[in-house]
Amino acid sequence: MLKIENLVATVGEGEDAKEIIKGLTLDVPAGEVHAIMGPNGAGKSTLSYVLTGRDGYEVTGGSAELNGADILDMEPEERAAKGLFLSFQYPVEIPGVPVMTFVRTALNAQRKLRGEEEVSAAEFLKKSRAVAAKLKLTPEMLKRPVNVGFSGGEKKRLEIFQMMMLEPKFLILDETDSGLDIDALKTVSDGVNELRDPERGMLVITHYQRLLDHIQPDKVHVLANGRIITSGGPELALRLEKEGYDGVLSEAV
Amino acid sequence: MADGNPSADEVKVKDGIDQNTVDAARALESKNYSAGFSTEIEQEFAPKGLNEDIVRFISAKKEEPEWMLEWRLKAFERWLQMEEPDWSNVHYPPIDYQDAYYYAAPKKGAKYESIDDVPEEILETYKKLGIPLKEAEVLLGVEGAADSAADARTDTDKPRVAVDAVFDSVSVATTFQKELKEAGVIFMSISEAIREYPELVQKYLGTVVPQSDNYFATLNCAVFSDGTFVYVPKGVRCPMELSTYFRMNAQGTGQFERTLIIADEGAYVSYLEGCTAPMRDENQLHAAVVELVALEDAEIKYSTVQNWWPGDEEGKGGVYNFVTKRGDCRGDRSKISWTQVETGSAVTWKYPSCILRGDDSVGEFYSIAVTNGRQQADTGTKMLHLGKRTKSRIISKGISAGNSDQTYRGLVSVHKKAEGARNFTQCDSLLIGDTCGAHTVPYVETRRADAQLEHEATTTKLSEDQLFYARQRGLDEEQAVALLVNGFVRDVIQQLPMEFAVEAQSLLQVSLEGSVG
Ligand SMILES: Nc1ncnc2c1ncn2[C@@H]1O[C@H](COP(=O)(O)OP(=O)(O)OP(=O)(O)O)[C@@H](O)[C@H]1O
Ligand SMILES: [Mg+2]
Repeated sequence: MLKIENLVATVGEGEDAKEIIKGLTLDVPAGEVHAIMGPNGAGKSTLSYVLTGRDGYEVTGGSAELNGADILDMEPEERAAKGLFLSFQYPVEIPGVPVMTFVRTALNAQRKLRGEEEVSAAEFLKKSRAVAAKLKLTPEMLKRPVNVGFSGGEKKRLEIFQMMMLEPKFLILDETDSGLDIDALKTVSDGVNELRDPERGMLVITHYQRLLDHIQPDKVHVLANGRIITSGGPELALRLEKEGYDGVLSEAV
Repeated sequence: MADGNPSADEVKVKDGIDQNTVDAARALESKNYSAGFSTEIEQEFAPKGLNEDIVRFISAKKEEPEWMLEWRLKAFERWLQMEEPDWSNVHYPPIDYQDAYYYAAPKKGAKYESIDDVPEEILETYKKLGIPLKEAEVLLGVEGAADSAADARTDTDKPRVAVDAVFDSVSVATTFQKELKEAGVIFMSISEAIREYPELVQKYLGTVVPQSDNYFATLNCAVFSDGTFVYVPKGVRCPMELSTYFRMNAQGTGQFERTLIIADEGAYVSYLEGCTAPMRDENQLHAAVVELVALEDAEIKYSTVQNWWPGDEEGKGGVYNFVTKRGDCRGDRSKISWTQVETGSAVTWKYPSCILRGDDSVGEFYSIAVTNGRQQADTGTKMLHLGKRTKSRIISKGISAGNSDQTYRGLVSVHKKAEGARNFTQCDSLLIGDTCGAHTVPYVETRRADAQLEHEATTTKLSEDQLFYARQRGLDEEQAVALLVNGFVRDVIQQLPMEFAVEAQSLLQVSLEGSVG
């Protein structure tokens, strides 16, 4: 599904360019959930931006394929239309644009790129109501401008709302658990788990085991200094929780 | 209006926003302007230039009464002694007032017996502006067309709009005359009104914008060729939106529209002014005057969507727009709102304003101004609080892209008798790229300590974070910009009548095309 090979990427331009991803290899087959853990500044968010095509991030080596297609040359919206979705660590506020308008515009834009019919207003409304109810978002919240005035936890729930509406093929969750209270963590995890599917892959970036209690990963990778240092099963996350990165990293190096 | 379908594939620049904005702005070529076509029909011109004879020629052409000619001549004399203002923040080559035509009319005359008599080119013009044929017939004054078109419109749920089309100087025709007449509403070209309702015109003309007001207004008084007249009688709520499409067509024709709208006691009217002009190499001067009078408990809503040719990517050509628009809340509890969406013109100089004379009267100004390429805009509003407990509200949204420059200039003035006056002003500027500018110049003058004046101003750059967020969700760059811009201007768009709001949104998109690289 998602195959990353020996990826090297820099941030910044010209003389300021700084290599953050330094030869990263990762393979997430369809149907699996992989967790990425790693110290602050390791390059986790950077990896998510490189994969989704953000400006200012330059790939200088290696490759990344989604279902066999090279995604690194695509525009961000083309990657989105191919089914790549990023739940942002820091969701962005868009003043004046109601959530419903935003998501419907996005969905229709994606469908158009894929050569599909636009979704009807009635159909969209029906689905959005159902999804919002699952995530405990009120209809009033969906009328508000995207992320404006939303609490930290609400923003994260809104990311998952968008994800469930867009039904992407490959999900990257960047610290979706940060800022969520205990109940919201459960609500959000239920939403994510609902999307688990033999055709779908997920990359879950997190610092904490508690998310992985809810969204059980098939594999856990440790990203440090721009590389995957070590990988293992769910037990690796438990070990990290106990021993910290220092213990695990000194062993891996 | 623009059909909003310029070829999206023409402009395609990618990569970093900032450094490429310059290139993208350069790519804003004439082909992006979808209303840029001109109609090849024979025109009847007044001789080129400006002198007393031209003023007499125009007046004679319009079969005007003597008092009207006198009024024009008085203005002309005054104009000769005035000097062009140079204080505003716009730069343009000197205008040669002798090098323009001051009168142009379609040669065939304004009315047609059947649609077959209408020159094909004129019909084409209307088609490109998106006016349906049935309505074009009515606009063009084809006999018998009005009734059937009115019927056709009544069948639909769409809000109805009566249109008074100005094809260059002559108002070609008016729609819905009959129904409006039944309601007692007078809606016609000002030349007709001068002939048919001289007392009304004489009573109000020049009472809001006096002849001596400013250089361009005085010029307009002398040579105005046509425009619109509206009178809504006491207690009448005008049964439909009234609308005018202004078109400038003949090369080198100065345009001097004159609009006069009067809402008598307790009356209500909503008026839409739409403007598109075909592209030209020469700069076209436009100096309109709009006067609004609201008597006791009356309300006038005046909305403009303006899409004049801004000039090519080097800043050549385009319309010079020097307009005087003023509303007089003459009666107690009267209300006037100006809503405008400005995306065109090479140079714009425009301050719709309100004189809040009546006690408890309310003035509102909602504005969206977009400048791109090398456009310059100096706009704003003036709110003059004269009456007690008068209230005004100003919401201005400026969007600058490319190498354009815009200035918001607002004046809130509270006079001695305006006890308990209140104003709220909010000016937001959005910059797209690094080579454009936005300036906010608020002036406040108050003679009262109890006046409550609030001012908020923000300047933001179109954020890369927002753009990426939207693109990650599947929007392409242009859609993303359009969405963000629509979000930015939402408060103002919501003030527009429904059908105008949609048009305004697509116009914003067209005018910002290629502004982000
Ligand atoms: N635009 C930039 N310019 C310079 N350095 C950058 C830029 N963006 C990221 N970095 C640096 O790259 C490194 C990796 O950042 P990244 O956000 O990917 O870390 P992370 O693993 O997601 O950390 P966290 O766990 O704190 O979210 C950090 O040292 C950061 O300072
Ligand atoms: Mg991060």
